[in-house]
Amino acid sequence: MELRETIITLSYIASAVLFILGLKMLSKPTTAVRGNMISAVGMLIAIVATLLYQGMSYHLIILGMVIGGLVGSIAALRVPMTSMPEFVALFNGTGGLASMLVGWAEYNKLFGHYEADAVPLVTVIATYLAILIGAVTFTGSMVAYAKLAERISGKPVLFKMQQVVNAAIMAIVLICGAVFIINPDTSLALVLFYVAIAVSLVLGVLVTIPIGGADMPVVISLLNSYSGLAACAAGFVIQNTVLIVSGSLVGASGIILTSIMCKAMNRSLANVLFSGFGSAEGAESTGAMQGEVKALSPEDAYYVLEAARSVVFVPGYGMAVAQAQHACRELGELLEQNGAEVKYAVHPVAGRMPGHMNVLLAEANVPYDQLVEMDDINPIIDTVDVAVVIGANDVVNPAAREDPKSPIAGMPIINVDYARTCFVLKRSMRSGFAGVENPLFFKENTRMIFGDAKATLTALISQFKGD
Amino acid sequence: MDPMLLLLFIFVIAIFLGFELISKVPSQLHTPLMSGSNAISGISIVGALMAAGLAGDTVLGAILGLLAVICASINVFGGYLVTNRMLEMFKHKERGK
Repeated sequence: MELRETIITLSYIASAVLFILGLKMLSKPTTAVRGNMISAVGMLIAIVATLLYQGMSYHLIILGMVIGGLVGSIAALRVPMTSMPEFVALFNGTGGLASMLVGWAEYNKLFGHYEADAVPLVTVIATYLAILIGAVTFTGSMVAYAKLAERISGKPVLFKMQQVVNAAIMAIVLICGAVFIINPDTSLALVLFYVAIAVSLVLGVLVTIPIGGADMPVVISLLNSYSGLAACAAGFVIQNTVLIVSGSLVGASGIILTSIMCKAMNRSLANVLFSGFGSAEGAESTGAMQGEVKALSPEDAYYVLEAARSVVFVPGYGMAVAQAQHACRELGELLEQNGAEVKYAVHPVAGRMPGHMNVLLAEANVPYDQLVEMDDINPIIDTVDVAVVIGANDVVNPAAREDPKSPIAGMPIINVDYARTCFVLKRSMRSGFAGVENPLFFKENTRMIFGDAKATLTALISQFKGD
Repeated sequence: MDPMLLLLFIFVIAIFLGFELISKVPSQLHTPLMSGSNAISGISIVGALMAAGLAGDTVLGAILGLLAVICASINVFGGYLVTNRMLEMFKHKERGK
């Protein structure tokens, strides 16, 4: 092997090691920041090493990296923390698109030479998989972005014959794939290759639109995994080990997150992907709720909170919408000064991406040791004086525990209804994203505080300060 | 050994390594982990650089290469910076304690 290629290969090994170390450190709170930087160094090494290849011309590369780097950096530095989920989806989509383009470019380069160059079968298959997975990742992530950014409705979109259409598309993908793989050199294969790109792009849209907003944590994790697998396929196309290793790592981590999210909702992945959960149909199965709703003004709520010895905040997506995390932390501090024990209980799937609430609370400087996970708060929830539910709905819905017919039956929830008093900060009586009625609102110890969560919290804060 | 089989071997081992590496992650790190691994999937920039740098003479090849580099760069730069921003918030808080 030539010296230049030896150096490149050794650099790839180094960057693969740095990715592995980086990911390992990223999964521990104390080392996470350094982990991310180590993985970035790995990326830098991989990029520099690739630039060393013989015969590279740099003008397109420089142009592309300047444009992409600027767009990516500006977007990353400007995005507010509350928009984090959609931007992760956006970046994920561009990664998928890049893998698709790599597959396409390679086919464009090799077209007409496959037989003469004796290109291995694995490479041909990988080229097809790279454009397939890459395209699905791209449009799937764009739909996820649009849903998260509320450019389109977060409700599941279902239409008649959806499964038939999906099956037809899958059939086209398989047929195109078979013809392509048997002999990629023919002009028929070229046409079918383009058909496959178009159809895969449509497929990405079709598999994501039936999934409701509340299931987005699962979808984002899964798309993340796809983007890794797409990179992996691109790695087989250009026979590059560092792409294969890092793509696999991302693929595996995405699958792990996906399964954590599914477990947190007590549903299978298939159920999340295909059931159109939370569509109008699903909501009909629950009967009308009986009981009386007891509303409370912030002034009256203040007296209850003032006397409380222990308070638990349970945030949900509504807190992100109302941007109430700072007001929430401020109220928490005031309650602590007032002698109460304050905790924040976070459900694994609260919000729109894995760990969404943790990010928001971190942004508001909520101390680490006040964050508790569902499994730690539930055993002691009956000793809590006041549980304050801020913009959460399905993750505190007792129907999951009590009503075996409920669509969310069996989903682990934070049992706020077992607390001595439960405040629910909510705009109106509308049901959550899952479209399921919430019997919590009608419980004896529940008080509804209607209005914008941030305004309510601010009112409570000024009551405390006014004393 | 057939180089392709070697690549498949690497692929399988790396998948298993990934599972072992990230099996127990505390929930506060779910977002950074996702966004950090998302940045790593920008490794397709290596393929994009080769597509753009060795594009040859075809116009289509040059366009595909350029677009691939742009997309992969957005993923890499955006992914790492966003992750870092998020993690910095976690760090401040610990120092404040």
